[in-house]
Amino acid sequence: MKARRYLLYLLLASGAVLTVYPFLWMVGTAFKTLPEANTASLHLLPETWQWKNVADTFRAAPFGRYFINSLVVSFAVCFAVCLTSLMAGYAFARLQFRGRGLLFALVLGSMMVPFEAVFVPNFVTITRLGWYNTYAALIIPWCANAFSIFLMRQAFLGIPEDYYDAARVDGCGHLRFLFRIGIPLVKPMLVTVALFAFLGSYNALLWPLIVTADEDMRVVQVGLTAFYSDAGTRLNLLMCASAVVILPTVVLYLVAQRHYVESALGSGIKG
Amino acid sequence: MSSRVNGIVKYLSWLLRLPDTLLGALDEFLDRLHRRGLGDAPAAILLLLPSVFLLSVFILLPMGATFYMSLFGGRHGMGSFVGAANYLDAFRSHDFRQSLLVTVYYVVGVVPVSLVLSFLIAYGLYRIDAFRGFLRTFYFLPYVTSAVAAALVWRSLFNPQSGILNLLLGYAGASPQQWLLEPRGVFHLISGGAVPASWGPSLALACIMVFDIWHGCGFMIVVFLAGLSGIPRELEEAARIDGAVGVRLLRHVMLPLLSPTLFFLLIVGVIKAFQAFNSFYALTHGGTMVETQNLILYIYAQFYQYGYWGYAAAVATLLMLAIVILTIIQWRILGRRVHYL
Repeated sequence: MKARRYLLYLLLASGAVLTVYPFLWMVGTAFKTLPEANTASLHLLPETWQWKNVADTFRAAPFGRYFINSLVVSFAVCFAVCLTSLMAGYAFARLQFRGRGLLFALVLGSMMVPFEAVFVPNFVTITRLGWYNTYAALIIPWCANAFSIFLMRQAFLGIPEDYYDAARVDGCGHLRFLFRIGIPLVKPMLVTVALFAFLGSYNALLWPLIVTADEDMRVVQVGLTAFYSDAGTRLNLLMCASAVVILPTVVLYLVAQRHYVESALGSGIKG
Repeated sequence: MSSRVNGIVKYLSWLLRLPDTLLGALDEFLDRLHRRGLGDAPAAILLLLPSVFLLSVFILLPMGATFYMSLFGGRHGMGSFVGAANYLDAFRSHDFRQSLLVTVYYVVGVVPVSLVLSFLIAYGLYRIDAFRGFLRTFYFLPYVTSAVAAALVWRSLFNPQSGILNLLLGYAGASPQQWLLEPRGVFHLISGGAVPASWGPSLALACIMVFDIWHGCGFMIVVFLAGLSGIPRELEEAARIDGAVGVRLLRHVMLPLLSPTLFFLLIVGVIKAFQAFNSFYALTHGGTMVETQNLILYIYAQFYQYGYWGYAAAVATLLMLAIVILTIIQWRILGRRVHYL
């Protein structure tokens, strides 16, 4: 029995190492010299750490500018998604109105349609509005999404009715309840929704490829693919750029994780 | 002087209370409407308006618009009405059929393997007590990272000259492979040529599938873990006392209890597999081989590189149709067999 337990630990641990191995390799290669990076070897760590690779990477392409674009867009989307899904989630969970079932079914139905399948008319909409090659094109279409609304609804359904009644007695209306009392109560789910909205926006590639043209408007994902075309042979710098692009999301995840992101996500979608 | 400070403090506290005041005023207005017999409807309209508007403009109406645009020809815009010509062109096109095949291989390969693998890992994590959260973080990590950046890393690992995979093959005494550059079928290579090279997914496509399984499993593991922790311990204990252990416990007790989770992940997994783009684009650098071009990449190329808007919309319509039909079929066939606690 004990031996089997250790075997299980061993299996899980080796799986975890295998899972993070590409990241270790990425960080190691990012600080190697170019000849060292270009030779296949099992040595993860560089012989001498080339710290100047980071500066070289930022000099080789305007990653600073890409980052500003990505962060502006992602934080805006993140904030907007939190707001819209809080409001809509609350309405679907707490309010009684005609057509609620139909409207909710419509929202859920839109989860079936990937944005990738409807980008052609969206491109037309964006250009007609004169938003081509602007932040608005990158932000506005992503400001509401069905999955976040669904998760927030689940969170609000989990709040006992008594809370609401008590607030009601104290003269608290729907809006004040939602923004003053509701938000702290659904915080784990809100953090989850915020994290996923940020990740989705920051990691998006197809839409930014289509609606931006200038180098100044590139987000990091587009910048990274362009950097690959320009500097693909400089493997160490490419890995350095990849590591820099990945870093914010990993930090954000590790910070957000303390707010029970996984359990919120799980409790939101099971059953 | 002090009166000035007082004034500023007063102003600041007013500013801080402003959102509350505004919300209160709005609430009062909604209350008045409520008392007039309008019920929650005004509040619902206010709260739902932004979401419903955005989802309608950017998801729901574009569904219809995609179909409408698919009936027109022309480049970089909408030309003349051509009816079903775009659809006929698509079915006649070898590249379209190839991309459809790639998508099918990808969905059929990635979804079941991801489900089984992440279930096994989640079940393993559920069975241990120490380090569970720690290991879970490791497994979840790929999911939060940019698929583009991670794909560039994997590209280097797959590199025939400098990549580590061919190095390992060399150590094992096997001949090096072309990995992402290999258009021949993976079954052809494994069987040593017994299976024709054109059968099944190419080795290049298999590499992309492995990458996406790695990249996507974290999400499924977390959801499975949450589902597992939702199963009451007493139920499991009762099953154990009745003699269900090991595989039988898994098969007859845990899996049925997990069926809602499994069902959710299957449906979401299939939809996500149909819309895969980033990994394909970054691993193949924009798709230079038809063997690694899936439907989304094909639509993107027709739209962006060649400017066939109507044609791209026609293929997109077919894709949407496929997803909706598949989802409904899954719902009909499997939805009935889901056990809710």
